[in-house]
Amino acid sequence: MIANKEPKVTKDLANKKITFVREFDAPLEQVWHAWTEASLLDLWWAPRPWKAITKTMDFSEGGHWLYNMMGPDGTGQFCRVDFKKIVPYKSFATVDSFCSEDGKVNESFPQTDWNIEFIATSEGTTVKIDLTFASEADLQKILEMGFEQGFAMGLSNLDELLAE
Amino acid sequence: MKKDVFQAIADPTRRAILSLIALQAMTPNALAEHFDTSRQAVSKHIKVLTECNLLKQEQSGREIYYHFNPKKMKEVVDWLAQFRQHWETKFNQLDIVLKNLKTK
Repeated sequence: MIANKEPKVTKDLANKKITFVREFDAPLEQVWHAWTEASLLDLWWAPRPWKAITKTMDFSEGGHWLYNMMGPDGTGQFCRVDFKKIVPYKSFATVDSFCSEDGKVNESFPQTDWNIEFIATSEGTTVKIDLTFASEADLQKILEMGFEQGFAMGLSNLDELLAE
Repeated sequence: MKKDVFQAIADPTRRAILSLIALQAMTPNALAEHFDTSRQAVSKHIKVLTECNLLKQEQSGREIYYHFNPKKMKEVVDWLAQFRQHWETKFNQLDIVLKNLKTK
């Protein structure tokens, strides 16, 4: 039985920023690996029933992670995460986009800026995630689409939704 | 240019206006009495809220009343709830991954 932990969400909507803070019952080093190693990311990155399947991973500044977001119907959408600044075992920043199978960024969809911070605590590790949306228009679009009940939405899936 | 609903509710005065009007429909004058700012400033806020459909205007005799539009507000709340749900699912999956790492 796992503790059901409530992520704290704060919104700074004027600046198009959403922050998540969540505690994990594991040492910082392990949490860091879970966020930065493809074999582990594939196990949790996509909310079920989606599945993340890594194609290539180069976790270094200027490198990127290319993965396929597989839907329950077997259709996939490739996404890429470009690594900007990396401070080992402390934080890393990324830009997430939507792309083709060979990693060519699809410019017609909004990108999201991320900053992920790891803080060791007496119980385990706190992860703080800042997401910044590119523009008001992106959020506006997302709002206008309306949502199907029970549709689990990923950040990359936001783009997927916009594509429909 | 269509007004952004997120931008609209990012302002504390506008949120206060929404809270008041959610309780009962109000005229701009009645609303302005609740705020220290000028009537002009309040009118501007009302305009922003109306433009993004959070408020609806209704003519009643010679007076204009503003009504709260819960449907539009629900969109904002729903979006955030979906967003949160997505992350909770992911984080719970990560808990399991971390637990398995421990027992290896």
